Amino acid sequence: MSQFEAVLLLGMGVITFAIRYTLFAVGHRVRFSPLVQQALGYVPVAVLTAIIVPAVVMPDGNSLQLTLDNAYLVGGVVAVLIAAFSRNLLLTIFGSMLVFFLWRWWLAG
Amino acid sequence: MSAKTSALLCGARDTVPMLIGATPFGVIFGTLAVASGLSLPATLLMSALVFAGSAQFIAVSLIASGAGLVVLLLTTFIVNLRHALYSASLMSHVSHLSQRWKIPLAFWLTDESFAVVQRHYLDPQIPLENKHWYYLGSCLAMYGNWFLCTLVGALLGNALPGMAGWGLDFAMVATFTGIVVPLLRTRPMLLAAVVAGLVALVAYDLPWKLGLMLAALCGVSAGVLAERWSAAASVREVGNESV
Repeated sequence: MSQFEAVLLLGMGVITFAIRYTLFAVGHRVRFSPLVQQALGYVPVAVLTAIIVPAVVMPDGNSLQLTLDNAYLVGGVVAVLIAAFSRNLLLTIFGSMLVFFLWRWWLAG
Repeated sequence: MSAKTSALLCGARDTVPMLIGATPFGVIFGTLAVASGLSLPATLLMSALVFAGSAQFIAVSLIASGAGLVVLLLTTFIVNLRHALYSASLMSHVSHLSQRWKIPLAFWLTDESFAVVQRHYLDPQIPLENKHWYYLGSCLAMYGNWFLCTLVGALLGNALPGMAGWGLDFAMVATFTGIVVPLLRTRPMLLAAVVAGLVALVAYDLPWKLGLMLAALCGVSAGVLAERWSAAASVREVGNESV
């Protein structure tokens, strides 16, 4: 393992742990205002949607691909539909991955 | 079986759907890491010491593009900043625990365990007493699975160099969609998602994944403003009816 790798691992590990631990460590001394508490409720939806949407509509990271040639888009739409109607996580993951891989296979064939 | 053990197993069991999404994600991480020039020990240690899927993924793609340490560490910080908000949400539930518990529970806090554990903490039917064992069970399942998947991916990546192009990264989309969509029960929540998604696209080209943080910030602000506005509107409505 190179020195670059060692510093990288140490740095990423320390930064990530510090982010996750700081509030737990000082927890009993911090009180959030109602506004902050309200805002926290929206964080997971906002962050995860911000990760998903570009991955689905521009999978190559360069340009929008709003076409049926884009298996990520087709699979993503199917995932939203299954999740909305079933509210079942396992079914959403399995169903949309199946559609995604079948679609890719069909596109390639 | 003691109540603690059963809480632990229950936490692991409720995390199984998340494991199914994380498995291809972990495998593709291992594959991509090796393909982008990270050594096998460094790949495995990254999963063991950092344990943050999306940050690891992005780090590996940055390494492949020849990024330096400062950019890599700054990106890790930005991409993982959302975990501070997860720990803020869980903070009040773990404040009674000793540091001996808080340190590992913080280290193992991921999107997936957060989604599972927060639901459990919010269930008033279950007493608080053993909920940290449930939390631990969820974490151990995710951690063990993540490490194994990284190992499998790194070994496969060495054997089958073309695997990085198979599209296994769709597993992340599937998992995160399955987490987000059931949360979209109110109009402010839906608005937060729409705004975050649109800003993420528009701001995608900003350096160091800053677009992601900007999108999150705009989404949260939109949700909060919409909630306050609709609360104010319903107060006015009630006022009018009583006249």
